[in-house]
Amino acid sequence: MAHTFTYPRDVKTVYYFGTCLVDMSFPQAGMAGIHLLRRAGVEVVFPQEQSCCGQPAYNSGFLEEAKAVARAQIKAFSRADWPIVVPSGSCAGMMRHHYPEMFANDPEYFDVRKFSERVFELGDFLHNALHVRYEDKGKPVKVTWHSSCHAMREMGATAAAKALIGQLSNVELVEIEREYECCGFGGTFSIKQPEISAAMVADKIEDIRATGASAILSGDCGCLMNIGGAMEHKGVPVAPRHLAEFIWERING
Amino acid sequence: MGSQHLDFTANVTEALADRQLRANFKSALTGLMKKRVAVLPDAAERERMRDDAEAAKRKALAKLPELLERLERKCTENGIIVHWAETTAEANEIILGIMRSHDATKLVKGKSMVSEEMHLNHFLETHGIEALETDLGEFIIQLNHEPPSHIIVPAVHKNRQQVGRIFADNLQGIPYTDVVEELNAIARKTLREKFRTGHVGLSGVNFAVAETGTLVLVENEGNGRMCTTVPPVHVAVMGLEKVVESLSDLPPLLRLLTASATGQLVTTYVNCITSPRKDGERDGPKEIHLVILDNGRSKMLADAQLRRTLQCIRCGTCLNHCPVYIRIGGHAYGSVYPGPIGKILTPQIDGLADKGVLATASSLCNACEEVCPVRIPIPGIIRRMRTEAYDEKGDGVVKGHGAKKNLLETLVWKGWELTYRIPALNRFVVSMLGRFGDKLPNVGPLKAWTSVRTAPRFAPKSLHQLAKEEGIRHE
Repeated sequence: MAHTFTYPRDVKTVYYFGTCLVDMSFPQAGMAGIHLLRRAGVEVVFPQEQSCCGQPAYNSGFLEEAKAVARAQIKAFSRADWPIVVPSGSCAGMMRHHYPEMFANDPEYFDVRKFSERVFELGDFLHNALHVRYEDKGKPVKVTWHSSCHAMREMGATAAAKALIGQLSNVELVEIEREYECCGFGGTFSIKQPEISAAMVADKIEDIRATGASAILSGDCGCLMNIGGAMEHKGVPVAPRHLAEFIWERING
Repeated sequence: MGSQHLDFTANVTEALADRQLRANFKSALTGLMKKRVAVLPDAAERERMRDDAEAAKRKALAKLPELLERLERKCTENGIIVHWAETTAEANEIILGIMRSHDATKLVKGKSMVSEEMHLNHFLETHGIEALETDLGEFIIQLNHEPPSHIIVPAVHKNRQQVGRIFADNLQGIPYTDVVEELNAIARKTLREKFRTGHVGLSGVNFAVAETGTLVLVENEGNGRMCTTVPPVHVAVMGLEKVVESLSDLPPLLRLLTASATGQLVTTYVNCITSPRKDGERDGPKEIHLVILDNGRSKMLADAQLRRTLQCIRCGTCLNHCPVYIRIGGHAYGSVYPGPIGKILTPQIDGLADKGVLATASSLCNACEEVCPVRIPIPGIIRRMRTEAYDEKGDGVVKGHGAKKNLLETLVWKGWELTYRIPALNRFVVSMLGRFGDKLPNVGPLKAWTSVRTAPRFAPKSLHQLAKEEGIRHE
């Protein structure tokens, strides 16, 4: 997978794709992303007709349903050719890499590829396209970081996220053992293979606990819902936080 | 065994409950991952090698029929007898025929996954022929009446204490020991006697070179070489995808095979077999047979996406890096090929009705694709297996196409599509979830989820609503 994207320069306006999970369960994380983009001096446009990238169906074997939903998104973001910023490495990976795969043999392939090339992961975009600088106003805290597999392997967004956290002077970032390993969410994988998924998230929690961090940060709400839900079930006192929400709070004191 | 019913869920439950098994896998595979990185330290060089290795395999697959013909011609010229088998049953009969023509009753075997695919040992046994595994790992698990748990390290799931117990229980006059040197000495002594008395030797083939008719065999222990040189007859078996065009295709493939499999720069032995013993030569078999097996492979070849499955060089590194394989081990897959490669290869060989479930055992984390030396897009082909399992229409080519189609899932995904395609419906569903989502009955998928997690919570106001209220531009 290509990790080196061409970032737009002198960005004035961006589209924001909120993702279905953020929309339903983590809207504050979604708003924090919008606030960070606006703070960086860009106008944010949030098309109300947007919904879901289509990944759940695509990964579950329902290709036609995934394509129908993907077409709806492409249409919702088609009035201008602004960059599309996504507060999720997984959904961004879907739109960037898998849309062209899905439409490889369709007449709209070329348009889909043009769309895909406009898709960026939020943390990556803030760091590599907008070159943001943050001043930390929070108390000293120790955190750890979890990359979603797709943020890491499809969007290459891990370094950018760590660089953003690194700008926060009172935040100590401790790396987690087996950082490269999946947390066991995998969308419908956690439903189709609940036992394997449970074993994976249990190990992930042990590794998180071993860092001694008080919060686990990630750029993906799917992983946070999985890890956070499992930690709460077990009574592990580590807070799951979306990167955007965490940064927004730190810089506002 | 291909038609045997696979109760994957039961296998998974059993494997996850075995703490010793999980500890063995975690420690062994973490070690293999580290060794791989240690011998491929330069990322740019590694990626270039992967490009070359992939190109060599893709080139070979693109002209496979032609290369196979050339291989047959060259091998025949060199004095190797070539046999073609469309099915595993045919391949087994061919080998039985060779054994019978020499009145042979003892087969000594080097490591061969294709022979596992053929269930050759069991077949020969029913015809009164003893098939003895001589690869150390295969030897250990054969003594314990188990199939391999890994493509490269078949006994990876056993620690030395368990191996000591297997030896003591199954070899006559051997006391228990867990000292590695002593275990090695016991195996060596036992196996030497087998090589000395074997009638026919069998091996796999890592690469068959069409240009020269060379069979290339990579190994560390020397047992493969014993099998191919000591008995008077050598039978090599290979899937038809093992052919490469020329000797110059080999360097990146050999380098990446050993680095990916065991984290070695080079293996102890790289055997290049070109002909049987010639007049005046002092060793080597008098007769060499090459059995080339199809078993569904030409069907994969015909499909541009599925064809890439055949790039596999059986290094097993996708197993080593798979978070699912690491936790459940090879036996849980109930199939010859476990792990990520097995999830795409097994349903194509055995059919989606029997083995389609294996494709669900992946979180699509892409770790396998990231390390595959020949860049097989395993997650993409896993998705293809899932799609074919549900799709009754379309141009499905995998056996059992549409086998998992059911009304409930079809309706669920149709409902999902409508919800996310029609904005008004989406607004309605999301607002209903915001209001009543915490009162959902704890059944089905939610029950599976909440067995180890708290239930997902739904926000009273969606991002759509919040963005609107904050006046975020929305056209």
